[in-house]
Amino acid sequence: MSNRTGAAAVAKPTLGQPILTVEGMVKYFPITRGILFRRKIGDVKAVDGVDFTLHKGETLGVVGESGCGKSTLAKLLMRLEDATAGTAVYDGRDIVAAKGGELRRLRRQVQMVMQDPYTSLNPRMTVGDIIAEPLIIHGVGGKDKARETRVRELLDLVGLNPEHINRYPHQFSGGQRQRVGIARALALNPEIIICDEPVSALDVSIQAQVINLLEKLQAELGLSYIFIAHDLSVVRHICDRVAVMYLGRIVEIGSEDEIYNRATHPYTQALLSAVPVPDPDAREHRRIIRLSGDVPSPANPPSGCRFRTRCWKATDLCAEKTPALIEREADPHPSACHYAERADHILG
Amino acid sequence: MGRHSHSIVEQDSAPGPDDGGGHLLEVDDLYVEFRTGEGTAKVINGVSYHLDPGETLAVLGESGSGKSVTAQAIMGILDTPPGFVTGGRILYQGKDLLTASESDRRAVRGREISIIFQDALSALNPVFTVGWQISEALRKREGLSKKDGLERAVELMELVNIPGARERLKAYPHQFSGGMRQRVMIAMALAQKPNVVIADEPTTALDVTVQAQIMDLLGDLRRELNTAMILITHDLGVVADVADRIAVMYAGRIIEHADVHALYRSPAHPYTLGLLNSIPRLDDKGKTLRTIPGLPPNLTNIPSGCPFHPRCRFVRDVCRSEVPPSLDLGGRHSACHFARELLAGELEPTRKEPEL
Repeated sequence: MSNRTGAAAVAKPTLGQPILTVEGMVKYFPITRGILFRRKIGDVKAVDGVDFTLHKGETLGVVGESGCGKSTLAKLLMRLEDATAGTAVYDGRDIVAAKGGELRRLRRQVQMVMQDPYTSLNPRMTVGDIIAEPLIIHGVGGKDKARETRVRELLDLVGLNPEHINRYPHQFSGGQRQRVGIARALALNPEIIICDEPVSALDVSIQAQVINLLEKLQAELGLSYIFIAHDLSVVRHICDRVAVMYLGRIVEIGSEDEIYNRATHPYTQALLSAVPVPDPDAREHRRIIRLSGDVPSPANPPSGCRFRTRCWKATDLCAEKTPALIEREADPHPSACHYAERADHILG
Repeated sequence: MGRHSHSIVEQDSAPGPDDGGGHLLEVDDLYVEFRTGEGTAKVINGVSYHLDPGETLAVLGESGSGKSVTAQAIMGILDTPPGFVTGGRILYQGKDLLTASESDRRAVRGREISIIFQDALSALNPVFTVGWQISEALRKREGLSKKDGLERAVELMELVNIPGARERLKAYPHQFSGGMRQRVMIAMALAQKPNVVIADEPTTALDVTVQAQIMDLLGDLRRELNTAMILITHDLGVVADVADRIAVMYAGRIIEHADVHALYRSPAHPYTLGLLNSIPRLDDKGKTLRTIPGLPPNLTNIPSGCPFHPRCRFVRDVCRSEVPPSLDLGGRHSACHFARELLAGELEPTRKEPEL
């Protein structure tokens, strides 16, 4: 820790060109009551005002507990859900407003790797057909022969045997299936891949294989990743920048170093301190912040700062005024806390 | 038939403060197989471990390593068929549970040894109230009246820090959050003050902040009630936080068994070494992760010799033909032919780092 305290003075690493700019992203799911006459009685505020920029060639991690809206955010960017409000601009065009042919062209550039390799592959299709499907839908990759060549290339690229093109998903292990999912996402040569918990369903020894593959592909193909995960250790390993979400909002965003070594938001600090570290000698000197209670319902979030009901620093100000996600005095990266300050010895 | 390879696995027990027998719970050379239409899966192949009062033993392994099946065998809740115990003993206070009558086993289950399941939502009955479920064992086994049972349920819910316990007696499991449901599970497991609690992945389905709350609670209760605990998990971080000793399982065998500090400092089995190298760490960004190539073995067709040899970086000829015995390395055990050389840092890899 001590050798890093001077790091605040070091200039931020240069980022690539912005490739995706998300502003004011909001998704409310209506809650209705009644069978014959459905009335809207409220909203689940799954995503409630999210802004961030993704740069070319970088990996942006999105972390948070279940129900914080991170997967909904992924669906909004893929247009699997329609946003209530907000824009997501890729290459001068808004993904949220795009329709018809324009949306199809945008979808080629933004692809997704799903969490569960067991349910995200059709069990009745061969892996060759699964990987070729996006090529057929978008009318690229040429005729049958050329398409098969492309599928074999993709299988090879993700470390699977191209001879296995006619096998079915059940003939593969979990890690291999996730590779099939990655090959499918790569089929259209996208620029952005959204990875929604890509390794959380895999065994420890297999996780590392898939993480290394994702890193290799990024280096070779210049991909940008949005990496959604709840495992903060994995996110630290693979991400250049990290956004921490709580109840539909980003509470802190910054470089890997800024979040893991110089976090200023109490929620980030609590989240980091709760992660078990694989070192029994760290038991004694780690300071663990225990949060009480559970995440409040997104249908009825607290006023002001949404974290205040579990925060040990909360005052009346937190209930009255919503803290903005702006750079705070404590450290030059955006943090949505009125009382942002650094804490030492979180990671021991 | 399970004992045919009996001579291969050394009989001496695992490390611990007293190796002279008389442990609270002792699993001795256990064999379990699953007979299915696709063949016989040898799920447990000679597992031995022991537990003393008040200590925490972590059993670490990936899916299919047999860590949960061992727990089911101890509890006597193995699904038979397809699962069959084909050899070994499970001694509780010196008495073999496997040969005990069903009524004797019932007397042990819950009252002496209880279990906390991973997925509280499916382990709890959705159509009964939480208070009724917690007090069920007390009514059936301790002969408490309905009213007294519910009173005890309130005490137990307070013990596991469920706020507003009395008001929530009549609530159903779906009205609780994941963390609160797991607390209900823990309350049920503690209802009859058991000496041993088996926690089977108790926090895997929970978020990290809630996981920290539950692990804290388990630690506090263990100290207060002096309960011994077997913690079954795949998470090397959780183990490092709470365990005294750790047994690493692979393909139905314990391949390494050591004090938790010793194991993290210097693993004595290539699989443990590989696991520790392959996890990303929160306290260090690190470089490319070092992976273990290949996949865990198919249990209907376990590789000859050392079951880990197809994935091992240090594999030698002897590994392919001979099952390694559990070597005693002074207070710790490793089932690797070259454990001593590995510990001394003198073992040269025979394979290169795997390609992606």
